[in-house]
Amino acid sequence: MDSSVLFGVATIGYMLSMVAYITYLVFRNRQIGLVATGITVASFIAQTIAFLMRWVEGYEMGLRSFWRPPISNLYESLIFFVWCLILGYLIIEFKYRNRSFGAFITPVAGLALAFIEMTGMSKEIQPLMPALQSNWLLAHVTMSFIAYAAFGLSFGTALMYLIEKTEERTEPAYIFWTVSLGVLIVLLAAMGLDFMKYHVLATNSEVIKDYLFRATFKSGSSVVSLASWIGSVIIIALVWRYGYLLKKIVAAFNISTDLLDELTYKTVAVGFPVFTLGGLIFGAIWADQAWGVYWSWDPKETWSLITWFVYAFYLHARLMRGWRGRKVAVVAVVGFVAVVFTYLGVNLLLSGLHSYGALG
Amino acid sequence: MIEQKKGFVDWIWDFFASIKLAAVLFLLIALSSIVGTVIEQGAEPEKNLMFLKRIFGDALAPSAYRVFESLGFMDMYRSWWFITLLVLFSANLIICSLDRFPRIWRLVREPLKPISPLMVKTVSIRKEMRLKGTPEVVKEELRQALKSLGFGAQDSSIEDGGFQLYAQKGRYARLGVYITHLSIVVIMLGAVIGIFFGFNGYLPLQEGYASDIAYARDNTPHKLGFTIRCDDFDVEFYDMSDMPKVFRSRLTVIKDGKEVLKKVVEVNSPLRYGGYTFYQSNYGMVPDAKGYFILKVRGSSGKAVTVNRMLGESFVIPGTEIVGTIKDFSPALATDNSGKTFTYSDMMNNPAVYIEFSDSGKAKYSGWILKRFPSTWRLPDGNIVELVDYWGVQYTGLQVRKDPGVWLVYLGSGIMTLGLYLAFFMSHRRIWVLVSREGKYSAVTVLASASKNRPSFERKVERFIADLSGGADG
Ligand code: HEM
Repeated sequence: MDSSVLFGVATIGYMLSMVAYITYLVFRNRQIGLVATGITVASFIAQTIAFLMRWVEGYEMGLRSFWRPPISNLYESLIFFVWCLILGYLIIEFKYRNRSFGAFITPVAGLALAFIEMTGMSKEIQPLMPALQSNWLLAHVTMSFIAYAAFGLSFGTALMYLIEKTEERTEPAYIFWTVSLGVLIVLLAAMGLDFMKYHVLATNSEVIKDYLFRATFKSGSSVVSLASWIGSVIIIALVWRYGYLLKKIVAAFNISTDLLDELTYKTVAVGFPVFTLGGLIFGAIWADQAWGVYWSWDPKETWSLITWFVYAFYLHARLMRGWRGRKVAVVAVVGFVAVVFTYLGVNLLLSGLHSYGALG
Repeated sequence: MIEQKKGFVDWIWDFFASIKLAAVLFLLIALSSIVGTVIEQGAEPEKNLMFLKRIFGDALAPSAYRVFESLGFMDMYRSWWFITLLVLFSANLIICSLDRFPRIWRLVREPLKPISPLMVKTVSIRKEMRLKGTPEVVKEELRQALKSLGFGAQDSSIEDGGFQLYAQKGRYARLGVYITHLSIVVIMLGAVIGIFFGFNGYLPLQEGYASDIAYARDNTPHKLGFTIRCDDFDVEFYDMSDMPKVFRSRLTVIKDGKEVLKKVVEVNSPLRYGGYTFYQSNYGMVPDAKGYFILKVRGSSGKAVTVNRMLGESFVIPGTEIVGTIKDFSPALATDNSGKTFTYSDMMNNPAVYIEFSDSGKAKYSGWILKRFPSTWRLPDGNIVELVDYWGVQYTGLQVRKDPGVWLVYLGSGIMTLGLYLAFFMSHRRIWVLVSREGKYSAVTVLASASKNRPSFERKVERFIADLSGGADG
């Protein structure tokens, strides 16, 4: 058996646990909750073993030195992100004895894994280009993804906070979270359609990159493209119209909004220093060693800085009068959108200097 | 007049000390930075014009380009308004920190005082209990308990035999925020010094050649003050693939005619000398260069010699009469389906040399010898000819940088790490234990505060109380 089998098991496991947590959220049945936790823990163990196996495999194939954990291309980093996210989530679940966060965190993991499958990115263990053989880079990547996972957790709790706190459909915060959720659903659906239409064709990364949204928004036929835009607007409108149903479910759990606010702050307070040190400082040191410039304003770097500023804004906004609660929760959600863009958007939509993280 | 001026200065000061301005600047810098990631910076005009055509259409694109250009969007991070934002940001950061620092510094420096009745209400953790024994009896026990919590307590007596124990820990955590802010200023200072006094250029250097100048981005020569020589360049590949594993330049620094430093430069391992840093950046072949084939020749007698020959020259295999003549060279040899050889790249991906051998004038055999394939080194008669290198035809592309501000950037990064650690992972904890007589008992009130992570400190205080209450009554 090789690591990919176990990764597959873990992927399916996380998908199942996502379903289980959501079912638990709807029916509030203790048994279902236990099953959800059980599946998550089992998948987490499977993924941990798979991670170690992949580490050894890379070494045995002579492609990686023994000191290189497998966190060096987009596929591996996404997997590592999911691992950190689930670990962070499990800690919160056990510490606060509350499972309902699961329904908001596991979908983030599910999305990351679905993204891997949908884009059909390469899962092979690849040799490292010279620029990537650096311990600074290793520390940079590892810590960045730990921070991203912490930000992912804060995204989940901030979203729950917003859902619980908003009352009116005309309220800006309500509009904000429903539209965000709507856009997320639209993007996923569009990627799903690309996947169904082009997956057979897509054999290498360039092809996939070119085909992103070809089945919908960027379709050659203007009818399809127009229909996609109209469809998106309808989906977002529906989420907006019926968002209160979700609110009812979440509200039924009686999680105190203060706890959600505190959790959001705490996870940001872990993510921010880790991201500063790993994401920005170590990244700069690596760039300095490898390219001779510690900062070159390339899109990836700039987006890291933007993300950093958004979270700095979050931390400072909490210190301003009248900015507790709803407004800062919006900032935490926006922060994670910036994280996702830094992580994927730059590679997919903007072309950067960083060859690292390409879909190949 | 003087009155008015002071008012104005105050107004400026308050403006820059405001955290609202910080929030606005965070957003402005973040949002405007996005523009620079969408429009390619410092690119050829055609590229961005193409991009604008896709957004604005053919007709509007040229005017859009002019507008964007006048706003500095094509070289945004150096534009006057972006620099202005950064200057405002620094001013904000410095003045805001100066504004609040004295208060915090007092808090850090002043020894903790017994709590006054007025302050009691401002403290967030408050627990009460009753201990057996008069205050005089429980005092030492309480002191020990505080010690085991990590607090060395001071005490003060209050009337009627009561007393107060108080202690604090981690007060320097309060400085974390200011240290973090200071570090940003230090980093920006380093960056500014680098921009004004630094040099960023490149130096292509052919194997065997030396240079005492590098070139700036606009190709103007820049004197280094010493000479740098490339002794050799080579690329190592992953097994059978064309995926490079290592690029390597062997460099020698020559100062006043003497070799002072030798170093193998790889991608993540630059050479530093005289304030300059030389990075492995790229490499290539020098067109029409005449190089030397370096061959390691071993006759069946076992003796090996290394020979340097140019194209067309010959050598003898030691211990034999066999003469090899170098007839052809390919930087990247491949074989097609029908077995015919061809060159698939003009880089040295798979160097190969074609050698004809003859024995006493009679043609013996001939064929390709490939650097990367040891199986091709062995001749039919057991003699071995290894292609070590085709030397002198490659150049190494070095990036040359001098940045007198970089140490400040590193120093700032270190300070920032310390600051963030203090700000987020340390907490200023204060505790007051108030004891008063209640007959044979002591009424104990524990008051405590923490600048960070209050719940965790609260749990500690609760445990502290639970431990003490072991011998308590009610
Ligand atoms: C990117 C730049 C900045 C970074 C990384 C940064 C970082 C931080 C951090 C980590 C904290 C602690 C927050 C917490 O404990 O939750 C903080 C607090 C603070 N920052 Fe900044 N900061 C930046 C810029 C600024 C600027 C421009 C100002 C100017 C007004 C400012 C004013 C403050 C103030 C007043 C506090 C609160 C101090 C206190 O709690 O007493 N910061 N900052």
